[in-house]
Amino acid sequence: MTFPPAASRRESRRRTPERRGAAGRASEAEVKIVVILKQVPDTETKIKVKADGSGIETDGIKYVISPYDEYAIEEGLRMKEKLADDSTVTVVSVGPDRAIEAIRTALAMGADDAIHVNDPGLEGGDSLATARVMAKVIRDHGFDIIFAGKQAIDLDQAQVGSAVAELLDIPQVNVVAKFELAADKTKATVSRRIEGGEEVIEVSLPALLTCEKGLNEPRYASLPGIMKAKKKPVKQVDLAALGLGAAEVGAAGSHVKILKWLPLPERQAGKVLKGMETAAAVKELVRLLREEAKII
Amino acid sequence: MANEVLVLAEQRDGNLKKISLELMGIGAELAGKLGADLTAVVIGNGVEGLAKTLGAAGARKVYVGETSEKNYNTEIYTQAVSDLIKQAQPQIVLAGATSLGKDLAGRVAARVGAGLATDCTELRIENGKLVMRRPVYSGKAYVELESTASPAMASVRPNTYGPAAQDASRSAEVVKIDVKAATPRAVVKETLKIAGDKPDLTEAEIIVSGGRAMKAAENFKILHELGDVIGATVGASRAAVDSGYAPHSMQVGQTGKVVNPKLYFAVGISGAIQHLAGMRTSKVIVAINKDPDAPIFQKADYGIVDDLYTVVPLLTQEFKKLLAE
Repeated sequence: MTFPPAASRRESRRRTPERRGAAGRASEAEVKIVVILKQVPDTETKIKVKADGSGIETDGIKYVISPYDEYAIEEGLRMKEKLADDSTVTVVSVGPDRAIEAIRTALAMGADDAIHVNDPGLEGGDSLATARVMAKVIRDHGFDIIFAGKQAIDLDQAQVGSAVAELLDIPQVNVVAKFELAADKTKATVSRRIEGGEEVIEVSLPALLTCEKGLNEPRYASLPGIMKAKKKPVKQVDLAALGLGAAEVGAAGSHVKILKWLPLPERQAGKVLKGMETAAAVKELVRLLREEAKII
Repeated sequence: MANEVLVLAEQRDGNLKKISLELMGIGAELAGKLGADLTAVVIGNGVEGLAKTLGAAGARKVYVGETSEKNYNTEIYTQAVSDLIKQAQPQIVLAGATSLGKDLAGRVAARVGAGLATDCTELRIENGKLVMRRPVYSGKAYVELESTASPAMASVRPNTYGPAAQDASRSAEVVKIDVKAATPRAVVKETLKIAGDKPDLTEAEIIVSGGRAMKAAENFKILHELGDVIGATVGASRAAVDSGYAPHSMQVGQTGKVVNPKLYFAVGISGAIQHLAGMRTSKVIVAINKDPDAPIFQKADYGIVDDLYTVVPLLTQEFKKLLAE
């Protein structure tokens, strides 16, 4: 894997504080907020593995914004609203043509613009290959803070966030349930959910945060929002425009390979006790757990 | 490439976490098949003593990284583990699919270029290569993967494998590793404990979850009473969380926690597909619901069709009697 040298990475960030000062514009303190988004099958979807194990049946699937990404969009929008300056929220998504629907929804919620990376050459990419694409477009766009979902609810890898942070050489905080930007905008205090509690973390910006349910209550797109979204700019980026080699993306740029997909072994319906005296049913259940399941 | 299977052992407050011994268990099996050495790395403040336990659990070598800080830090741990992987070149690296393990494994894999599969529920060796099985779509299907890079790296879901057998006659060679105290850009200021003395849902062996039929937050009291008697952690369905009966940290399901206990009680839970996704790998599922047509009964091993408000307190009494015997 090739990383750009640290120096060029830092340069490629939008600008240093010195350069901000030198620019001397009224909007010099604006923040570039980036939200990473993935379009995934709705949580109601019944997943059916193809008979040959090569993937899932996609007919009739309804696609939505991955639920955790909605928290990311909402947090980006709240941050922008709180700043109340020229700060911008840009949505970045890697996906096929249909992903534009999810992007438009995010724009309707209030994001300013979007970048849609769409190229057949990206197909079959694993988390790392996808992160390489994300990191490249985000670096080219410029960023001060990146919000992502804690995981996409299709493959549930929960890897892209950390990998993007690594490739951009910025800190990450995963599974964020609380976020507060410091007044000077150089750092934030966040809470990260861990087993049985929370870690309160101080993180310097730029940083990448992956969002957990409970962080906020995502808004619905309003009708005027939906109308406006149609006119908001969506930059279409293909592999050529991306400036990454074919070997760095898609299956060729991946470090894991899916061998096969497997359907779930169906659980057999078990013993249901009904029409019994409650006390007798409870006694019988305890006996079964003890003697048959040998679990208690 | 060294013939080595490396376990990222996890500790908190100087105590080895249960997942670490589970990783040693499956690590030993994989190492045995490959004719490889099982090793472990443990990082933290005052952790050298843990090498003894890891040695007794089968580690040939334990890499110990001492830090001045008690808390986990992504950047410091990533640097230390990545340096170790580059130097020792293990062929397989195992981590826990815990909040620490997932955070660390993702960053380390991106740095060293490992082929990582997260939240695995089965690992095995086929033709000398590691095959990693993991649930996708929150457990509605599985995929099996292999790494096309080196090392292959897997994070393993807690409660998937039993802990390694401890044999005090075995001991490990202790190798100190360098943990650079660079100035990290993200620092844990404080750790807040929210849950009581029960294990987290993701680590619990027994779970009692309540659904919409609980009707109010106060009614979860009967689930806690049952939980106290059988040592269960209390969870909730999304319907219960969205109705405000329980906090999100208690939610089991596709947009909550994915759990893997030995025994799961679904109380007043109808069994929506999103809920089933989060708990279907439970070894034994018990459903208690008034509605005989609730979909949960299709997935449950045992069920009682009756009013939960009469069933649960009786169940608590019955277990109390049983466990007093």
